[in-house]
Amino acid sequence: MWPHKKINLGLDLQGGMHLVLEVDTIKAVESTIERITHELRGFLKKERIRHLGINRVEDTKILLIIPDNDQIEKFDTLLDKEFKDLRILSRSTEDGNQTILMDLPGKETDLIQKLATEQALETIRNRIDQFGVSEPDIRLQGERRILIQLPGIKDTQRAKELIGKTALLEFKLVDETHNINDALKGNTPPGSEILYHVAEDPETRRVRKTPYLLKRRTLLTGAYLTEARVEIDSQFNEPYVSIKFDKKGGRIFERITGENVKKRLAIVLDNKVYSAPVIQEKIAGGEARITGNFTTEEARDLAIILRAGALPAPVQILEERTVGPSLGADSIHKGLVSMIIGGILVVLFMIIYYKGSGLIADIALILNILLIAGGLAALQATLTLPGIAGIILTIGMAVDANVLIFERIREEVGIGKTPYAAVDAGYNRATLTILDANITTLIAALVLFQFGTGPVKGFAVTLSLGVLSSLFTALFLTRIIFDYLLRYRKIKTLSI
Amino acid sequence: MRFIKSDINIDFFSKRKTAFGISVVLILISIVSLVIHKGPRYGIDFVGGTLIQVKFLSPSSLTEIKSGLSTVDLGKSSVQLFGDPKDNEYLIRTDKSAMTGKGFSSQVKTALESATGSAVEIRRVEMVGPQVGKDLREKALFAMFYALLFITVYISGRFELKWILSGVMAGTLIGAVSFLSIFKVSIPFLIIAALIVTLVFFWFLKLKYAMGAIVALIHDVTITVGIFSILDKEFTLPLIAALLTIIGYSLNDTIIVFDRIRENLRKHQKNPLEIIVNRSINETLSRTILTSLTTLVVVVSLFVLGGGIIHDFAFAMIIGVLIGTYSSIFVASPIILVLQEGRKK
Repeated sequence: MWPHKKINLGLDLQGGMHLVLEVDTIKAVESTIERITHELRGFLKKERIRHLGINRVEDTKILLIIPDNDQIEKFDTLLDKEFKDLRILSRSTEDGNQTILMDLPGKETDLIQKLATEQALETIRNRIDQFGVSEPDIRLQGERRILIQLPGIKDTQRAKELIGKTALLEFKLVDETHNINDALKGNTPPGSEILYHVAEDPETRRVRKTPYLLKRRTLLTGAYLTEARVEIDSQFNEPYVSIKFDKKGGRIFERITGENVKKRLAIVLDNKVYSAPVIQEKIAGGEARITGNFTTEEARDLAIILRAGALPAPVQILEERTVGPSLGADSIHKGLVSMIIGGILVVLFMIIYYKGSGLIADIALILNILLIAGGLAALQATLTLPGIAGIILTIGMAVDANVLIFERIREEVGIGKTPYAAVDAGYNRATLTILDANITTLIAALVLFQFGTGPVKGFAVTLSLGVLSSLFTALFLTRIIFDYLLRYRKIKTLSI
Repeated sequence: MRFIKSDINIDFFSKRKTAFGISVVLILISIVSLVIHKGPRYGIDFVGGTLIQVKFLSPSSLTEIKSGLSTVDLGKSSVQLFGDPKDNEYLIRTDKSAMTGKGFSSQVKTALESATGSAVEIRRVEMVGPQVGKDLREKALFAMFYALLFITVYISGRFELKWILSGVMAGTLIGAVSFLSIFKVSIPFLIIAALIVTLVFFWFLKLKYAMGAIVALIHDVTITVGIFSILDKEFTLPLIAALLTIIGYSLNDTIIVFDRIRENLRKHQKNPLEIIVNRSINETLSRTILTSLTTLVVVVSLFVLGGGIIHDFAFAMIIGVLIGTYSSIFVASPIILVLQEGRKK
């Protein structure tokens, strides 16, 4: 009879994970500026505009040095034609060279940040969908935070990794011309970088980092992927991820492999080298393999991430609350036990103190609880552990309204009124007081609802429902019962 | 059956100086304790950090647990028993908060299992980043302040029909506070200053019912927080829920008395205010004691049976119910008299 199937249980009652992520939207702006710098460089070359260097500086600005005046005119025309969004911060001339500092105006960066957050939300939602959690709740919170609730989830570590991985897949050439040991000592050649392959030995649990010297330029990214699947290598019986590029990506891949046969191509995920196989021949058809000593689970998760796409900017976990399922069950148990015992005590007390009328109040009380439960189910609200406390509190406070009325009725009987008149006067006098007192509790509950999160919100909900239902039962329902008894059963004296 | 006889006539009025003294002492102790401890002992909800609730399947000693934890890089950490001793549950708390993404809980689990030789179950993990914690602190203060203001408007309207006056006052205060909060003002000081300004407004606008009620509420909240500080208990988010509930509940009581005062004022216009107030308190005593009793019964049941998480919440409620009842009788009503006397002079 207890409609617990239709009432949503909070994470603290059914177990699960609650995460709040923040999207590093500034990084999204930085990547966009980086991309624009790259494009601008390409255009400058195409239009044959000579320059002495174009670079991203101060994270979000572009610095360009142009040698003489007619080049500057050509540059300005280029800007107007292809890069209308860029804003010029300053121009200064020195020795005949003009230094131009550019960035994106606030409106543009705001838009980038907003889009980054929205895209992150979609990507994460995609990943979680593929992970297979029942009834996940994923939503925006504020401007750049994402709230995720995964009820009933058991493998929280895996879920967090799946959600939080930026998953930027890049293909870079290994720098075979320079000496990696020189670079490790501090002499990294321009245009190259050192990235590591990280492997954990499963038995000794020791982490081994192998350095690779790679050419910095990214030749191809995961953005061109259309598919990623787990396959088993028939020779070694090991899982790997088979990926497929779209047409454009396939052509780029064909060109890269064609131009670099016998050289090594590193597959980099989030700046960690996964593998760096030798290109045996030109690969047409846009298919490739990512191998790396995966377990089936690791391969599956990688495939999920590649399919869902990379996050536009890194995310950071701001808040996590995970409740194990056993604690959830315990909490429900304890909550129900205290509710039943508290309820029984109050019920007994009312009967002892107010006799027959006490029984009426008790009926109202039971109805109260049913109304709250019904309200929760109807509103699809979530019941949390503090929410159960809220119901229990309502038991104590609902009685208040009845006490007010009954004390009034006792007073009126004391003055000498007939049962009917006493009840009438009692209700009339008490109604306003009850309304006043309960509305102020309601104000406190509503403020709490606005401000609280998660479990506390659940408390505010049950408290509000409790106040409303106790108003209803105390003022309306018990009155009807009294009326019925007085009119149709013609009670002569009140049992109160 | 009745506890209180219907012709009861305790002279509360004459006891008001003593009660005032007790209240002042309690408030001072609370404030002193808060100052000594440099504010309430915030839980991770408000300062950030990580909390892990672990259950040992066989009894383990605190020293074993602590030695196990020392192998994990925890930063400043503390361990304490949680709930019923026979449950073997402990709360591990650290002030580092960037860790849960990196297998932190499984690290802790392995370390504890090898140190104590007992199977370990991770019951609950909570991590709050420091910025989130700070945001929550501020939000909590705002929430309580706004609740008080809204309640002020309601009371001034219902009891003195001064809806518009109180509404305008509340509106300006909310506006001023929101405006000032944009600047880097310390939020706690802003709220305290705003409260003082509010009380000053009450005095000058002669909103005596609102004044009585709000002073009683501030009294209740301060003492509850103070007791938590004295007992060195943690100040968490559910505690704010408890405080807001206590505000609503204590107000309940106060309004019942005010209502009676208002009714008696109309009926016995000739009597001096002190007699009326005293009479009203006596008349509502039966009901006041009763509701507190039934609520206490229920909250004590929560305290004893509700489990560790609800425990502190129930404790706060118990204090709140007791203090709330006390304040309705000995704080709220006398304030009305004080304001009344102030006016006559």
